[in-house]
Amino acid sequence: MPETRKLSYGEAANAALRRALEERPEVLLYGEDVGVPGGVFGVSKGLRKQFGDRVFDTPISESAILGSAVGAAMFGRRPVVEIMWTDFFLVALDQVVNQAANVRYVSEGRLTAPLTIRTQQGTAPGSCAQHSQSLEAFFLHTPGIRVCMPVTAQDAYDLLLSAIGCDDPVVVIENRTLYHGAKQEVSLGGPVAPIGGLRTRRTGTTATVVTWGALSLQTVAAAETLAQEGHDVEVLETPWLDPFPWDEVLASVARTGRLVVAHEANRTGGFGAEVLARVAEAGIALAAPPRRVAVPDLRLPAAPGLAAAVVPGADQIAAAVRQLVAAG
Amino acid sequence: MTESETGTGAMLRDLRDVWRIRLLEEKVRDLRLGGDIVGSVHLCIGQEAGPVGACSVLEPADALFATYRGHGWALARGVPAAAILAELLGRATGVNGGRGGSAHFTAPEYGFHGENSIVGAGAPLALGAALAGRFDGTGRVALCVFGDGAMNQGAVHESMNFAAAFDLPVVFVCENNEYSELTPIRDMVRNDVLADRARAYGMLGERIDGNDPAVVRDRVGDAVQSAREGGGPVLLELMTARLVGHYIGDAEQYRQPGELERLAENEPVTRLQAALRAAAVPESDIAAAHDDAAHEIEAAAREAAAAPLADAEAVRRHVHA
Ligand SMILES: Cc1ncc(C[n+]2csc(CCOP(=O)(O)OP(=O)(O)O)c2C)c(N)n1
Ligand SMILES: [Mg+2]
Repeated sequence: MPETRKLSYGEAANAALRRALEERPEVLLYGEDVGVPGGVFGVSKGLRKQFGDRVFDTPISESAILGSAVGAAMFGRRPVVEIMWTDFFLVALDQVVNQAANVRYVSEGRLTAPLTIRTQQGTAPGSCAQHSQSLEAFFLHTPGIRVCMPVTAQDAYDLLLSAIGCDDPVVVIENRTLYHGAKQEVSLGGPVAPIGGLRTRRTGTTATVVTWGALSLQTVAAAETLAQEGHDVEVLETPWLDPFPWDEVLASVARTGRLVVAHEANRTGGFGAEVLARVAEAGIALAAPPRRVAVPDLRLPAAPGLAAAVVPGADQIAAAVRQLVAAG
Repeated sequence: MTESETGTGAMLRDLRDVWRIRLLEEKVRDLRLGGDIVGSVHLCIGQEAGPVGACSVLEPADALFATYRGHGWALARGVPAAAILAELLGRATGVNGGRGGSAHFTAPEYGFHGENSIVGAGAPLALGAALAGRFDGTGRVALCVFGDGAMNQGAVHESMNFAAAFDLPVVFVCENNEYSELTPIRDMVRNDVLADRARAYGMLGERIDGNDPAVVRDRVGDAVQSAREGGGPVLLELMTARLVGHYIGDAEQYRQPGELERLAENEPVTRLQAALRAAAVPESDIAAAHDDAAHEIEAAAREAAAAPLADAEAVRRHVHA
């Protein structure tokens, strides 16, 4: 029976985990500080108490966490494991890229690895270069791994449940700056959607802005400013990056003839490059050269003043759209 | 116990099973040198006693994770020789329809949960198989095989500690063939008794004769039983040797003078045959152990070679659900 409650993003993720543990006895939830402490961001609070041994703490051993989740998933469990910071994936990426992604393919579907890996990423004031990267492109470059980036509290609930229901490995990349934000209305208990889809934040005809992750909110703010200037921008937010809604994105770009992609990851090799490439390959005629709004190719500095100089926000997104409009 | 379970009966069966692996690997070598099999191939010639002894004590529901040097483990676990050869030959009838190849095939229906081409990477997977067993009530034991070199990989250490901390039923089998590719393990560790490391994780560790199937059966059997009964993980260091290169084409310049001759005296076929002769087993029985295996492998090779190549039409399938 669906009900609506006011929850923060972190509380919504907690509600999704609770529901998954309730509805699916094969779900296990574990990771560093996930069990008794309830997660360093409080996302798994109360779950150990409610579900006992299915929720537990692990050693600080990312390879063992990820690899054991792959192995347990091969044997009928549906593990939901946490990598506390996306940056910590790097000590154990083998278990994602060489192990999880290959299970179904090499066995021709006789083995599967339905695991969910929760992590969080993004810049936040004072975070050092090893705690502020946006690494979604690593996983998007790995066929076999599904990827999503929840932005709203409803996303935090819905996407996590879709991920847990998915029969493939899914990386759910949350954002720590959102965990403890304002409470939002979240509909709980409804049907779990299959993975995929997009959210049209705003329709428009001047330009298409494609965005995901934390920059989604900045893009919406930029679009409001631009609307006051008379530019109606179509904002396509893609919480699911794999599968990616290519048809919808290409159709929108074909309609508006202008494209900006905004993400918090570094520019070179970022997924924005892929979006531009697909538009080019599709032969879509553009009124002006497409633009990427991204973190320039450098390491992220810790000092807030330095980070602010390189992490894009609403101003940079709005400026990019204005340039496109001015160009033709 | 009857004569067939112990003594010369068991030895004859072990000899046949060792020959099955030996002859499979020799067939693979021939096919690789002849160009029918392409790509990197790692043979386990000389190391057959490990898989023969260990697989004989595993239950069907147990999980087995091996390495790229895994043909022998797969065969001992029950994967048909024809399906293995077909896989290496890129045939449609290969265990994975050609997707795995020599170094990365998997056959879960036989309790063979895969080779792995990443050194040490099977250990976390085995951990997960054991963890799943805790919740599904199967009492599954996970046996994880890796080499001496893998003992220096982080994933293996993480897994040993994790398994020990949670008393998970994982039997870690380290096949110490004294080399990691071209480098002697003794040059890469200060204490070359690798089993000693188990103590640091609070689990049992034992170095054993890895070239005697009966010893392997006994020690792995105890480890599996103890793990199944809740005693937690065990590390067994099987002392063995590969009689061939790390891969086909390895020039083996790292060998010492007389090394291969010395190893030849201690390899499983030589030892089993000598023991059988000492027990006055008839030569015809000893020959039959070889001939039965040869018959099987030759038939498997013919079957594999006759199979159609894997169909490229299907190459995009099974990326996702
Ligand atoms: C992570 C990783 N590093 C390096 C390699 C290359 N490599 C393949 S086999 C091997 C040696 C492994 O030696 P050992 O663990 O003793 O196993 P053996 O080959 O002797 O059975 C190396 C370094 C690899 N496959 N994976
Ligand atoms: Mg070795």
